[in-house]
Amino acid sequence: MYPENLYYSQDHEWLKVEGEEAVLGITDFAQKQLGDIIYVDLPAAGKTVEAHQTIATVESVKSVSDVYSPVAGEVVETNQALVQTPELINRDPHGQGWILRLKIKDKSELGKLMKAADYEKFLEGLEH
Amino acid sequence: MKKTRLNQVHREAGGRLIEFAGWEMPVEYRGLIDEHLAVRTKAGLFDVSHMGEIMIDGPEALALVQYLTPNDASKLLPGQVQYSALTTPEGTFVDDLLVYCLAVPDKYLLVVNAANTDKDFAWVKDKAASFKVKATNESDRYSQLALQGPLAEEILQPLTELDLSQMKSFHYAYGRVAGIDSLVSRTGYTGEDGFEIYTLSETPDVIWKAIVARGEPLGLQPVGLGARDTLRLEAKLMLYGNDISDQTTVLEADLKWIVKFQKGDFLGKAVLEKQLAEGLKKKLAGFEVVERGIARPHYPVYIGGQKVAEVCSGSYGPYVKKAIGLVYLPIEFTAIGTELEIGIRDKMVKARVVPTPFYKREKK
Repeated sequence: MYPENLYYSQDHEWLKVEGEEAVLGITDFAQKQLGDIIYVDLPAAGKTVEAHQTIATVESVKSVSDVYSPVAGEVVETNQALVQTPELINRDPHGQGWILRLKIKDKSELGKLMKAADYEKFLEGLEH
Repeated sequence: MKKTRLNQVHREAGGRLIEFAGWEMPVEYRGLIDEHLAVRTKAGLFDVSHMGEIMIDGPEALALVQYLTPNDASKLLPGQVQYSALTTPEGTFVDDLLVYCLAVPDKYLLVVNAANTDKDFAWVKDKAASFKVKATNESDRYSQLALQGPLAEEILQPLTELDLSQMKSFHYAYGRVAGIDSLVSRTGYTGEDGFEIYTLSETPDVIWKAIVARGEPLGLQPVGLGARDTLRLEAKLMLYGNDISDQTTVLEADLKWIVKFQKGDFLGKAVLEKQLAEGLKKKLAGFEVVERGIARPHYPVYIGGQKVAEVCSGSYGPYVKKAIGLVYLPIEFTAIGTELEIGIRDKMVKARVVPTPFYKREKK
């Protein structure tokens, strides 16, 4: 269910590393918890964040949820398709529903994140 | 956590259950927006068994209800229902409620908010001490289902011997639904036509399943608390704790239509009369967000750079497709078209005062 080529955080973000950059989104688990997503507050390109800082905000009808950057970095691009079609996150959370692209400051931080199998185990733990 | 008698039904229907006012309730099934639109265009079925029911029984039942509430319950005949409030001596809200007239003048049923049931019952019981009545908290005995939407009558009619075409809005009758003894009223809290079904049966799931079986082919969906909230907001129906409280008067909440000064004394009357004579200082107004963003409860509201209030209810309205909300504004800023700004995280987002309700169904 969860793609093998992504890194996962305990806050339910995923990262897809491409060279020095990473694409960031929220996981299928996160979008299901939120429900129908109707608005995404995207950061400006060039914004820098530390690990675990808020980098975007995703809103469903009923709730507001911060998206944390699992690693430190600089925003290089945001998914403009989400401005008109935020429900892409519900439809395809690990693909077309990506939120932004980051330039990673320190790739060693990736070592703290989970691979798919670990994330799935982590989710099982949440359900009990 | 308390469970309604329909808990298992919600699990089987794939409802996502959450804690609400001490009850385990479904917040959504297929999805809030789908459910909301089903109620506006077809029909939706809600479990509202968590609502509280307080029975007032005795020769002075009407006198007590008249004292506790600002609306005129003496106008009610058996078979009729009225929206009203429990008011404090300050004219503010203990709660809002429905008054069912079961017998004149000695039997009335008050239907109150789940979150307030214990508080309301204590309040009513305390005031009832000086009247010849008995007040009982019947909440745990009743199950309550709400069937709402333009197809509600078509779906319910084959399941009951009651002639629903003859039942007017805010009227009720006793009858069987799917063979189960019930009280059926033409009421609801969504802005749509529809019915609320009360039963003392231990098997209200029989009613639920019969309505779903009959309604689903016509587009009916089970609906959770999430869409219940957005539906009532579009229709500008009050939510206690968000829009009305013991800090806001009935007049400030723009509910003058439930205040009948000529009916005699009631709790809060003097304060409300004075407020009416002197003019309101603030009033509940509706707004829509003009720029991108959604105003949520407690977000600050600014006029000309000055913070004037905080958002009461605020959400995205799935049918009106706008971010909408309610706010108590200083009376001089309540005119339609008044420009507001709402602080949404680190941004100031433009909004404006608009006419309410945000949604009004077209009468047949």
